[in-house]
Amino acid sequence: MKILVCISNVPDTTSKINFTQDNTKFDTTGVQFVINPNDEFGLTRAMWFKEKQGATVHVATVGGPQVEPTMRKALAIGADEGIRINAEPTDGFFVAQQLAEVIKNGEYDLVIGGRESIDYNGGMVPGIIAAILNINFVNTCIGLEIEGEKVTAMREIDGGKEKLESTLPLIIGGQKGLVEESDLRIPNMRGIMMARKKQINVLEPAEALHATSDKTFDKPAQKGPVKLVDADNVGELIELLHNEAKVI
Amino acid sequence: MSILVYTEAENGKFKKNALEVASYAHKVAQEMGTEVTALSFNVSDNSALGNYGVSKVLKVENEQLKTFHAKAYASVIAEAVKKEGAKLVILSSSTDSKYLGGLLSGMLKAGYIPNAVSAPDSVEPMVVKRMAFSNKGFAHTEINTETKIIGVSNNAFGLIENATDLQEEAFSPATEEKDFATKSVNVDKVAGEVTIADADIVVSAGRGLKGPENWGMIEELADVLGAATACSKPVSDMGWRSHGEHVGQTGKPVASNLYIAIGISGAIQHLAGVSASKVKVVINTDPEAPFFKAADYGIVGDAFEVVPELIEKLKEFKAQNA
Repeated sequence: MKILVCISNVPDTTSKINFTQDNTKFDTTGVQFVINPNDEFGLTRAMWFKEKQGATVHVATVGGPQVEPTMRKALAIGADEGIRINAEPTDGFFVAQQLAEVIKNGEYDLVIGGRESIDYNGGMVPGIIAAILNINFVNTCIGLEIEGEKVTAMREIDGGKEKLESTLPLIIGGQKGLVEESDLRIPNMRGIMMARKKQINVLEPAEALHATSDKTFDKPAQKGPVKLVDADNVGELIELLHNEAKVI
Repeated sequence: MSILVYTEAENGKFKKNALEVASYAHKVAQEMGTEVTALSFNVSDNSALGNYGVSKVLKVENEQLKTFHAKAYASVIAEAVKKEGAKLVILSSSTDSKYLGGLLSGMLKAGYIPNAVSAPDSVEPMVVKRMAFSNKGFAHTEINTETKIIGVSNNAFGLIENATDLQEEAFSPATEEKDFATKSVNVDKVAGEVTIADADIVVSAGRGLKGPENWGMIEELADVLGAATACSKPVSDMGWRSHGEHVGQTGKPVASNLYIAIGISGAIQHLAGVSASKVKVVINTDPEAPFFKAADYGIVGDAFEVVPELIEKLKEFKAQNA
């Protein structure tokens, strides 16, 4: 089985979010970048397939040279080869088209993306790829078993889960549940050393549509201080929620 | 050149988000000088749409489409877009709508903005404010394509009544075998429970509850409020509650009108997941818990004393306001 894991290079979850250049650009000063958490669950599941069932695992990212440390981490975890499409990942449609080109040319059986990235939260890339390449697609995937060509997947739905059957080739939008957080891997020294020798192929971007463009950014308004209610007077909380906040 | 709205339904009835999306579409239609056409799947009584600004509904009645199939639904929506000459498709930002959004975007070569938090800043060009950085920021994003898709965040716009004279039309697009290549074989959903995505109120609890055996009072509080229950990440990691209840950056996002956090200190990832909620209440013994900085109302106190008292007082309040 040949697997491609699409990874996004995102600010780590505790990053402070600021914007520069008149609120038109994300301020990367002092920000640590990591593999998007939803993609990391998928990468770990890919490692599981590699070890238990035999698979070749490639990782692909759209980004400039600055994303390579994140790709090296994926290689240190055990991916065999990296593909970097040398372009700014400006919008989801553009990214999906670039990855679709890689998938078409690489003839992958399984493509794993994340449910969404934790920076722009678009969550559209796997779906767009599925539509462009006309391949089967399961989103919010929380379980995946493959036997030959047959796929059994579990997806999260609002208020529960749904079991699906499909066939390869397949693309998923994965998330926590594909593997548990305790199963995520920290690269060991051997992995890091081996990753240095693994290849990152740099491809120039294909001509593609920029379907959306971010014009400006802003942050939520500063919140006032919390209004404290005495623990001996919870009735006052109900009053406030009813009369002031008008939510009950 | 109408606006097409995908309306979610369950057991033949519209979900609240269907009416919210219709309300949003009506607002955009007024700005664009056009009308709203809705698409409904296996709903016999569509009259509710006429209360929320929809002028025409395309009714799909098809046994194969009784349950949600992303690809088949996306194909039907794409067909309706073609038939109506729609230039804008509006969906919710539920799990199913997000499943459709990417597929539709690819099929229609349409720029897609999910998680829209308010009506468009402008319709020409189409610029929409959307959630970014897990609610730590907002992006004002322009759609550059001729056909456009917007996904409205739950509870971001609200329900706004606009009575219209609703026309109904049967719509029977052809479905193909390949649309069902990914088959649903089983749905495991607790019937009758309010889901986090649909809930106006969410009652959530964390490690401060000390063990899963103490969740009875959380469920009772949720029951009194007609709320959904949720939990923090450590609680789902320890298996006290299911992963489906985990709220946070890698769990479920919550955009309810009221979020009550009990015994949750407020890690940054948790706060990111709930920040779209309008009013936040925290109950915690530790006055230094970070959640107090993010909350609107707070009680410093022991959940095991405060929550039962709150349940009693809410029952009295409900009896008086019934």
